[in-house]
Amino acid sequence: MPSLGADMEAGTLVEWLKRPGDRIKRGDIVAVVETQKGAIEVDIFEEGVIERWLVEPGTTVPVGTPLALIAGAQPAPAAKVSEVAAIPAAQVPVAPSRVEQPPAAGPARVSPAARRLAANRGIALDGLTGSGPGGAIVSADIERAATGGGPRPAAPKRLDLAEMRRAIAAAMAHSKREIPHYYLCTTIELTRSLAWLQETNATRPPAQRLLLAALLLKAVARALGEAPEFNGFFTAEGFKPGAGIHIGTAIAIRGGGLVAPAIRDADKLSLDELMAQLRDLVARVRCGALRSSELSDPTITVTNLGERSVETVFGVIYPPQVALVGFGMPVERPWAVAGEVVARRLITATLAADHRASDGHRGAQFLALIDQRLQSPEAL
Amino acid sequence: MTRDDVTAVLIDELGRIAPETDASRLDPNAELRDELDIDSMDFLNLVTALAERLIIDIPETDYPKLATLSDAADYLVQRLGVAA
Repeated sequence: MPSLGADMEAGTLVEWLKRPGDRIKRGDIVAVVETQKGAIEVDIFEEGVIERWLVEPGTTVPVGTPLALIAGAQPAPAAKVSEVAAIPAAQVPVAPSRVEQPPAAGPARVSPAARRLAANRGIALDGLTGSGPGGAIVSADIERAATGGGPRPAAPKRLDLAEMRRAIAAAMAHSKREIPHYYLCTTIELTRSLAWLQETNATRPPAQRLLLAALLLKAVARALGEAPEFNGFFTAEGFKPGAGIHIGTAIAIRGGGLVAPAIRDADKLSLDELMAQLRDLVARVRCGALRSSELSDPTITVTNLGERSVETVFGVIYPPQVALVGFGMPVERPWAVAGEVVARRLITATLAADHRASDGHRGAQFLALIDQRLQSPEAL
Repeated sequence: MTRDDVTAVLIDELGRIAPETDASRLDPNAELRDELDIDSMDFLNLVTALAERLIIDIPETDYPKLATLSDAADYLVQRLGVAA
């Protein structure tokens, strides 16, 4: 059972999407688990053949419990999965120290696989009763409905927002209790970035256009290459640098709550690739089909308030990360250039950072590096 | 394609982006971004969908002309006229 956040203790297996004997490769989605963040697809880091399941659908198990035996798998390098117990490679499973009771029945949920199947078959989820854990609607329920099982009254809901609020509360309370935050703020001129963006987008159809958000994320990723103490985790042994630059991107969920799935190796992606991933992530946040690896291993979080918002955001670090970069709403303001006051487009960049891992001097340099990157957008 | 047809396409696409709202009950003169709480990514997805469905180009510099349902319908009708 992968850990999908510092606050997650247990998860419920909703359904297996592969069968014993199936050959799997890195990135395959093998299962759906129900967590406080909703139904999450578990993708896998190993290659091999599924030997057998160790956990049956409907069972709630603690984080770290082996879910399956995979034959021929190499042990996953610890660095790649960071803090996470992904599905372990072939090994003797350790009996879980405790097995929690399935949660009390709440509003019905829908697994991502079931949602897709329903969309493909044109089946309305409203009338279905789920047979998965906690009444979740799983693929089998869709199959049943497709073959004339008949609708039954139920009130499906893709995310339990009250549960998500509790998860956010737990993580943020932990953060404010444990992490000695310090905060820095600077104003960055966007003239060059916006001009480059406008020029680039003018020649592209909408499907290929870039958003300022992609430039901001790339600038942070590139700056982190020179400021590694802001990229990683604070553990019992102290600061541990991240094995890659995986930027958790805070995305609001319609109706409330938010998640911050990772754009992995953001520093190595071109702007077009990064934009495509951002688009894909937002789409999947909206339809509730996130993957476990995306939620488990961000090495830093970026929150971007966007266009209809406020100018400055001071973030709360998501443990065990050590930094959060915030961008406010781009605004047009008077700005002094060579002794003249001119109107310029500006954005506020803030850093909330863990004083156990860095100090304000380095934090200031980190923000300055982000600024520098945004002055040369063509080189992003 | 009439203005009503274009409006129907608009309402359909807005419904995809903000499924929990009833886009057909939108005030035609209200700001879409505020009314439906859509961000720049949602808006880009709307423009992408409209451009593909109506087979027109919607330059970025024209985004302000899509601010309300009524403005957007007028704009799209005009673009379709140009394209036809």
